[in-house]
Amino acid sequence: MKYEVKLCEIIKKAEPVPGIFDVTVRAGEIAQAARPGQFAHLLVPGKTLRRPISICEIDKGTSTLRFVFQIRGEGTQRLSEFAAGDCYDILGPLGNGFDLGDTSRRALFIGGGIGVPPLLEAAKAFGKNATAVLGFRNAAAVILQEDFEKYGCKTLLATDDGSAGFHGLVTDCMKDEPADVIFACGPAPMLKAVCAAAAQRGIPCQISLEERMACGVGACLGCACRLRRKDGTEYYGHVCKDGPVFNYQTVVWEG
Amino acid sequence: MADMKVKIAGVEFENPLIAASGTFGFGHEYAQFYPLSTLGGISCKGLTLKERAGNPPPRIAETPGGMLNAVGLQNPGVDYFIAEELPWLREQSTRIIANIAGNTPEEYCEMAEKLSDTQVDMIELNISCPNVKQGGVQFGTTCTGVEGITSAVRRHCTKPLMVKLSPNVSDIGEIAAAAESGGADAISMINTLTGMRIDIHTRRPIIHNNTGGLSGPALLPIAVRMVWQAANRVKIPIVGMGGISKWQDAVELLLAGASALQIGTVFFSNPYAPVEILKGLQEYLDRAGLHSVTELTGQIRPY
Ligand SMILES: Cc1cc2nc3c(=O)[nH]c(=O)nc-3n(C[C@H](O)[C@H](O)[C@H](O)COP(=O)(O)OP(=O)(O)OC[C@H]3O[C@@H](n4cnc5c(N)ncnc54)[C@H](O)[C@@H]3O)c2cc1C
Ligand SMILES: Cc1cc2nc3c(=O)[nH]c(=O)nc-3n(C[C@H](O)[C@H](O)[C@H](O)COP(=O)(O)O)c2cc1C
Ligand code: FES
Repeated sequence: MKYEVKLCEIIKKAEPVPGIFDVTVRAGEIAQAARPGQFAHLLVPGKTLRRPISICEIDKGTSTLRFVFQIRGEGTQRLSEFAAGDCYDILGPLGNGFDLGDTSRRALFIGGGIGVPPLLEAAKAFGKNATAVLGFRNAAAVILQEDFEKYGCKTLLATDDGSAGFHGLVTDCMKDEPADVIFACGPAPMLKAVCAAAAQRGIPCQISLEERMACGVGACLGCACRLRRKDGTEYYGHVCKDGPVFNYQTVVWEG
Repeated sequence: MADMKVKIAGVEFENPLIAASGTFGFGHEYAQFYPLSTLGGISCKGLTLKERAGNPPPRIAETPGGMLNAVGLQNPGVDYFIAEELPWLREQSTRIIANIAGNTPEEYCEMAEKLSDTQVDMIELNISCPNVKQGGVQFGTTCTGVEGITSAVRRHCTKPLMVKLSPNVSDIGEIAAAAESGGADAISMINTLTGMRIDIHTRRPIIHNNTGGLSGPALLPIAVRMVWQAANRVKIPIVGMGGISKWQDAVELLLAGASALQIGTVFFSNPYAPVEILKGLQEYLDRAGLHSVTELTGQIRPY
């Protein structure tokens, strides 16, 4: 199996921060096949398009997947209204995920806001070799801090208003953290800054991107992103199939 | 059990459900879910003479009951298709339709010639893509344009030729008649209807191309109406599409006058849609005591 459609029962649901939902589902083979950094495509009843949500945690022992998502519009609103015992209709696991490589290396995980959840499963694999630098608007918006700490990661917070941790940008907060490899997910301006820092320090860096999606599997060519080949020529790749995780050197920032 | 086979322009399809161009790539992704022989046929992603990069993102926007797309005919070009995609597709035991779009009549003719020398079962002339400046729709919105491009390609095409009509016209019956008199063996309809969405916070269109093509359930009543109007004007078979998401929609389009069907946007929410639609259609035919799906075509009882 590469990917499958399956009804997945919700076994746990919480709202750690108003408007952000933390949902664990029984996902059978989808959980068995899932890798860190991949995503799932969730059906919203009555909507033409599914909603892509990253896999936050994978438990192969219990065949469960964890998602953490924020209400952004009608679709995520509907998904937040599902209760324990209800089923999500899930297409997954999709995309290529993070290439972890040697987990004894020192890894730096940089997350911004709702870009934090996709990093957790990969950070887990690095455990105490991971440093997580997590950026949020303010102390009230912080999510998943204990989860990163639970898995042994050195966890640093950065907030826009200084109400928790470092006062300022994650890219300033990460400056003195040693790293052999960087993994990042978050808003585009943050990712651009992380890529610039990676380039400057000469550290390999993988970033997880977002784009509006229809099929989620590479058939409709809807989720285009500008990429650069080794020879320097550019083309449109697709976030769902070629990503969502990319080597930062292949990404061309547009607009 | 009723016979599901249909024959369009001399080509026999095991069942009337064909994947719509641009929604199914070249089949690889959905072959993960079921054998592609589940489908009567596959209309492949629209091809151009040379590779096309496509439009900048965002290319997708959701709409009430549907979606907009402006992919802009991203494709690897007709030669790549013939060399790299067609051999595998040919092994999938389903009918293969090549969907082509050009900037000029000469490009359409050259592609039709190249494809006539291959194992494709049918050529679908896309004169209705709303998302590229040149690339079809300029030929597809006037009767002289439609008849001209159809008859030009006809002279270079030894395969059955199906012309895909745009709904962005005022009299679809006239357009269908123009395709028929130009020498089309069949008509497929409808392509997407041009639409637009605006982000009210940024005041920018959601799609980078500003406008995009509307597909999905919102299109169904327009497709039913247009297939019905076209069926009243032409004798050649019509392959109906536009917003089919369940077997009842399929029956409606057949009753309106379609001889076969294409499905597209429904794959995005339900990859298994063809399996479910075929099952429902089969049961409907059996309940009605019909022997063949062909008995439904055009059986609407209009007022
Ligand atoms: C690979 C990937 C992983 C993601 N992982 C997460 C996650 O773990 N947690 C989380 O909270 N969010 C995640 N997102 C963003 C999430 O998909 C959107 O917030 C969601 O689709 C919004 O849907 P809506 O109906 O609530 O909003 P609306 O704005 O009403 O949605 C309208 C349409 O636009 C699309 N859309 C809107 N915003 C986005 C966006 N940022 N990215 C992609 N499509 C969008 C929707 O899917 C829908 O088709 C991810 C996006 C991608 C592409
Ligand atoms: C993402 C996308 C890409 C499409 N690309 C093409 C194309 O390349 N050529 C073409 O003739 N039609 C293309 N279409 C139109 C479909 O083939 C079909 O006519 C239309 O979507 C209506 O059917 P539906 O509502 O079942 O999707 C595309 C549609 C979508 C949604
Ligand atoms: S969403 Fe269809 S190709 Fe990515």
